[in-house]
Amino acid sequence: MFSAFYDALYLNFVKDDRWHYLTNGLKVTLIVTLFSALMGVVLGFVVAIIRSTYENTGRMKIANKLCGLYLTVIRGTPVVVQLMIIYFVIFASVRIDKTLTAIIAFGINSGAYQAEIFRSGINSVPKGQFEAGRSLGFNYGQTMVHIIMPQAFRVVVPTLCNEYITLLKETSVAGYIALEDLTKGGDIIRSRTYSAFLPLIAVALIYLIMVLALTKLVSVLERRLSRGTRR
Amino acid sequence: MAQEDRAQGDVLIRVEHLVKQFDGHIVLNDISTEIDRGDVVCVIGPSGSGKSTFLRCLNRLETPDGGHIYVYDDVDGDIRHGIDICDKTTDIDTHRQRMGMVFQQFNLFPHMTIMKNLTIAPMKLQKKTQEEAESYASELLSRVGLSDRASSYPGELSGGQQQRIAIVRALCMRPQIMLFDEPTSALDPEMVGEVLSVMKDLAEEKMTMVVVTHEMGFAREVANRVMFLDGGDFVEEGEPETFFSHPKSDRLKNFLGKVL
Repeated sequence: MFSAFYDALYLNFVKDDRWHYLTNGLKVTLIVTLFSALMGVVLGFVVAIIRSTYENTGRMKIANKLCGLYLTVIRGTPVVVQLMIIYFVIFASVRIDKTLTAIIAFGINSGAYQAEIFRSGINSVPKGQFEAGRSLGFNYGQTMVHIIMPQAFRVVVPTLCNEYITLLKETSVAGYIALEDLTKGGDIIRSRTYSAFLPLIAVALIYLIMVLALTKLVSVLERRLSRGTRR
Repeated sequence: MAQEDRAQGDVLIRVEHLVKQFDGHIVLNDISTEIDRGDVVCVIGPSGSGKSTFLRCLNRLETPDGGHIYVYDDVDGDIRHGIDICDKTTDIDTHRQRMGMVFQQFNLFPHMTIMKNLTIAPMKLQKKTQEEAESYASELLSRVGLSDRASSYPGELSGGQQQRIAIVRALCMRPQIMLFDEPTSALDPEMVGEVLSVMKDLAEEKMTMVVVTHEMGFAREVANRVMFLDGGDFVEEGEPETFFSHPKSDRLKNFLGKVL
């Protein structure tokens, strides 16, 4: 009984150094998640600023239209489809690195969701705060930077972290462009050993541990921030 | 270049044919008046009469749909140069630095300490050093009796204290006029007095003030002019004594009959 289990463990993870598929895959998953989150933060922030500037002042009409289109298309289609379009259509003729392709695809995707999170954060700050800033003589940009953003940021952090947790799990579809991420790594082991249970359970466990750690981090952060606000 | 005008005497703000409408509904209907240096003008009227809108037009928090608001803050001998702040080309931010505003809901910045609330605008906008800004803020804080709250956050203060801080925040910019938008309406009754007394002190120091209020006692005691707005019309104005004792128009008589 136990020897059968050890045999299975040996076959799936030790023989031919198969555990490398998991560790290398994990590395790819983490790199893709980290950099697409970063790209998404920048993209989302810019889009949110454009959208709320238009809502508040009526300026940047065309940019706002473009942002609206971006949000509609990205949030209205599956991320796998976006990933494949970027890899097989947009970069069809230039064979660029798969990791980079995945970062761009997930970054563009996450940017749309983060934009809406930022925007809801900005909108959650009472209008009176904006008027108080303006009445002191701050211009629109200064009011945003000194008064609105710091308050919006506190509201947004927990939601933003949840978006990163979602993103981490969503990158598991990167195998569609044959990128060897964590999920794909487990899948490769399965195809070599013809046993599905152990490699897939191992993959699931690794995701779960990472998500639990991140969730813990969010709750600590959340407590810190609420202590700082003292409303 | 913004439209200019010249005037003599003590006029600080001249409002000419001010019109404001929201979605076709006329809120301010051809309002004209003058506010002199040192005036304490109380604006009263039923709710929805346009008095807050009138006040908010004075620093363009609401954009007027018609008319002119000349601010004469550039003194050159006897001649004052007025700039029309309704003109889109006028740099409104510079003007707002010299017009303090106090809101019904205080609108202190909740993420900053009281001291930071008071010093951020002078430091960022008037390039004051931290010492300059803090020493002036401390001086004003002690005058409203809140020196010990400098390192508190707004959320830790009572409504009355917050509103006194809001007045000080506006004063830290050394404005030449203060606009008050129902400053005591959101306060518990026992806190109204402390805020009104700060405003009274300000009036005694000859600060020019425009106060939208429901406090008839304050209007009567402190104002040198009372304006009555009703349905967007500027119905009547006068010195408080005659205004309250001998109202001329029926609309004012009717209103006073309800509130006094």
